[in-house]
Amino acid sequence: MVERKIGWAPQGSHTLVGGEIPRVDGQVKASGQAKYTHDMNSPGTLFAKLLTSPHAHAKVALINLEKAKGVKGVKAVLALVKVGDEIRYEGWPIIAIAAERPEYAEDGLRAVEVKFDPLPHYVDEANLKGAEAAEITDAGEPLKLTRTLGIDKTGDTDEAIQSAAHVHRGFYGVPSITHMCLEPHGSHAAWKDEDLQVALSTQNVSGTATQYALPLGVDAARVAIRCDFMGGGFGSKFAVDAWDVACARLAKVTGRPVRLMLNRSTEMQIAGNRPSAFAEVTVACDAEGHLTAWESHHWGTNGPQGSTIALGMAPYLFKPSNRTCRATGIATHCGPERDWRAPHHPQACALTQTALDDLAAKAGLDSLEFFRRNLDLTNLPHIYRPELEIAARLMDWETKWHPRGQGAGRGAVKRGVGVALHTWGGGPHQSNVTLKVHPDGTIEVLMGTQDNGTGTRTCIAQVTAETFGVPMTAVKVSIGSNQYPQAGPSGGSTTIGGVSGPVRRTAQQALWKILDLAAAKYGVDGNSLFARDGRIWSGETLICTWKQAAGLIGPMPLELRGGPVTEEEGLTSQQVGGVQMAEVAVDIDTGVVRIVKMVAVQDMGLIVNRLLARSQVSGGLIMGIAYALSEERIMDNKTGRFINANFNDYKLPRMGDIGELVVEFYEPESEYNRGVIGLGEPPVISPGAAISNAVANAIGVRVPVLPLTPKRVLDALKGANR
Amino acid sequence: MKSFEYARPTTEAEAVAFLGAEGIQTAILAGGTDLTSLLRAELLTPARVVDLKQIPSLRTITPLDDGIQIGALCTLDELAQSPQLGHYRSLFDVIDGIRAIQVQGCGTLGGDLCHLPNCWYFRKGYGILGMEQGVSLPESGDNRYHAILGNSGPAKFVNASRFAPALIAWGAKVRIIGLGAASGAGLSNGPAVVDAEWVPLEYFYSTPQTDRQGHTILRPGQMISHVWLPESPLMSSATYEVLQMEGLDWPLAAAGVCLQLEGGLVRDARIVMGHVAPVPWLIDDAARVLIGQPLNEETAATAAAFAVAQSTPLSMNAYKVQIACTAVKRALLKAAGQLT
Repeated sequence: MVERKIGWAPQGSHTLVGGEIPRVDGQVKASGQAKYTHDMNSPGTLFAKLLTSPHAHAKVALINLEKAKGVKGVKAVLALVKVGDEIRYEGWPIIAIAAERPEYAEDGLRAVEVKFDPLPHYVDEANLKGAEAAEITDAGEPLKLTRTLGIDKTGDTDEAIQSAAHVHRGFYGVPSITHMCLEPHGSHAAWKDEDLQVALSTQNVSGTATQYALPLGVDAARVAIRCDFMGGGFGSKFAVDAWDVACARLAKVTGRPVRLMLNRSTEMQIAGNRPSAFAEVTVACDAEGHLTAWESHHWGTNGPQGSTIALGMAPYLFKPSNRTCRATGIATHCGPERDWRAPHHPQACALTQTALDDLAAKAGLDSLEFFRRNLDLTNLPHIYRPELEIAARLMDWETKWHPRGQGAGRGAVKRGVGVALHTWGGGPHQSNVTLKVHPDGTIEVLMGTQDNGTGTRTCIAQVTAETFGVPMTAVKVSIGSNQYPQAGPSGGSTTIGGVSGPVRRTAQQALWKILDLAAAKYGVDGNSLFARDGRIWSGETLICTWKQAAGLIGPMPLELRGGPVTEEEGLTSQQVGGVQMAEVAVDIDTGVVRIVKMVAVQDMGLIVNRLLARSQVSGGLIMGIAYALSEERIMDNKTGRFINANFNDYKLPRMGDIGELVVEFYEPESEYNRGVIGLGEPPVISPGAAISNAVANAIGVRVPVLPLTPKRVLDALKGANR
Repeated sequence: MKSFEYARPTTEAEAVAFLGAEGIQTAILAGGTDLTSLLRAELLTPARVVDLKQIPSLRTITPLDDGIQIGALCTLDELAQSPQLGHYRSLFDVIDGIRAIQVQGCGTLGGDLCHLPNCWYFRKGYGILGMEQGVSLPESGDNRYHAILGNSGPAKFVNASRFAPALIAWGAKVRIIGLGAASGAGLSNGPAVVDAEWVPLEYFYSTPQTDRQGHTILRPGQMISHVWLPESPLMSSATYEVLQMEGLDWPLAAAGVCLQLEGGLVRDARIVMGHVAPVPWLIDDAARVLIGQPLNEETAATAAAFAVAQSTPLSMNAYKVQIACTAVKRALLKAAGQLT
């Protein structure tokens, strides 16, 4: 008797799900056959380039396109602003030109006559007082740059601080960073009569047609969006942007396909960033190291909108009963924010858990012990507790931890360890699927979802093949088009649950229909049948091959549709916990920090693909090492410009900067049985705090602001010695 | 990138003719690792690009009686693989520090010596001095990577050459060819066919006082054809660069040193700092304090302190003083085989 129940098989009994399966599209990607938006080059394609604002704040005073229109090879010139418009950050798109060749488009841009009347700007995101004092106008009216985002009070913070055994006050900060997708934003647009076909580098294949339809005045039903492969989004590619619409317009007026991809500096200036957050923190605990109070005021910028991370994010994870939090947003002439992998969490984690670590040092406690004692103030103590034990073993914490700055170092190089914890939702988004079983036994899955590069295509094939007991080669996965059933955008770690849930359920339902046909044909009880290894079995008895069973459906494919899953179905769940530990080596004569080792222990419910999951966590650690040690948007106060908006000066880690990465999954039966939960965001949250804590442990002082550059490390050491 | 005329000479004489044509702004293509960025950013808009890669004489490494002569177009890989250069350890330290195999494979010695500043204001189009309406942006803006020495004039950038500190410490000379170079400085293995002169590398760099001046003494139509290093069998050498990143990155500060030790005492020393001033910074005082002393942690630290004693950091780069000091100390210890 095989129970027919929507769900996953018991832990350990899957053959493909949970395995280490390489990407099905790995070869086409590695060999360059995979076509990214950046590669789209259909016959007759014109190349579009943008002229962008060199000013952070200015009024457009003059636009003259006549000369540009006459430049050799230029096919269309489009102004994206008009005289009198106000520019609110560097990189603001001004003119788009489509030409026969990229260099002709550049010639055209050079012939454009644009004049700006520069206006006073403000870009100093860390400087709250400066923002309050700045005299800035917007649309001619005085503009107050700062605004309160509210105050959040629980308990009696003042009293708790006064009666605490240990109190720590500190300043912490996390500046803005950009997404650094290897493939910049952009599209390739082609019209066929009234139909628009767009190849768009997007995390939102099913949701972007309307965003074209409205500004272009066409029917959304006539807009086809395609994204087979993409070179990273990280939260910055949900929307159709002004430059994408411009690309479609250029295609319309020229009657030719047009491709417009942002160049690297424009990509960094305007296509999204992670908001900054700086905080004054007071935190207190009792004599045993139990947290009793948290008080903070954080501020930062997300661009012209004037916000920072949400008020409720502070304190992160650890919620003592007495807390008072205040947040202030600063409007700046910096590019606007977009979701960045685990929006708000990495900043909040860094601000909170570095302050807690400083308090632990003040209380004379081992950081790990301090976090352990306060786990009951978190959302998932039953997950963090065992994870901390695993991480401590993998890091050999007990041997490596030492009181701050008292490690046995060799010469100028000091070693230290640090720990941090994080949580994330990761529940499924709303996705639909069409599944077809063909009479020859091959299976097709169609979903309007997309593969950000993380392996969505592979996981869909895996779940399908697992369910039917066939090899993955028997499954064709069609995704990356809004012509397929609507699926949710890929963000917030929602995709793996969002796709694997409906696919599993629909595949099970299709399988059962075929098993019933086989039962009738071979005269056995349908409820005794199951599919494995390309065959249909009743207990130990082979009934028929999968192909024979599939043939019973007749000449037409069996087609089923499936809708979004709910948590009650048991296929998916949400809310995971993870812990990370970092070991660093700091050269106190040069301030250079090297990662020795990172340990990540992560819960994610049921693991669909262990290899891809490990890649996700490793990627999170590497992005985390980047923003912890080197990555930073540097705004020049003088010119208002993003002064390091290029790969040369915007420092990203290379292989040698990464150290040893140890990834361990926490997947006991209790967590496995929750079903699939997303993993994209969680591993990128803790590195900032863990690495900063490790550096403090190594050198004996806190380097308060990320990234921990030689300048900041040496400045902190100097301040401590003063 | 603006269209340009492309010239590919096969001899030095042809190169000089292409470079010296009157009224034409030219740029030299050596390895191209930086030129392509400069062209794309339109920081350089030459009417003609002269590609030197097909000139055999510029790619030779020739041992001489009094030293060794290296063609300016030798790539870093070619230098690294040259057995004749084995004694000049400080050059290998530089190549190791560059780390990116693409730059090691394409980048050339001459290209490095002539590398334009990485100052982000220059690279954003504010000219070599980074001026906007008469105001020095590096002085009043973000100068975390700028000069801590030689910065009292309008130039605040740091010289970008990775090899210059090591080569100047060795007493290297460069052969300049082209319009206006004194005639007669032929190569050892052939007659002079072009105007050429040998110049000590320490006099090759200059600190511009206006936006129209360059960062070297090269005039339009001139180029470096060769580098000469003296035969100095008793000297040991090292370069120490402080790099934030393990990948391709620019040093925060560097030092190239040459040391002659005799009976455990320093008989001769040359110390040159890089990435601290608009020119490579030769520090005779610091070297002098070492003469007659043993080379150890203490004396190296004293010399290093001397090396940075005259620093005049800008608003955001005081931290570089300690980094430069550390670079000098470690370069000395490394040259003496004492860096653990």
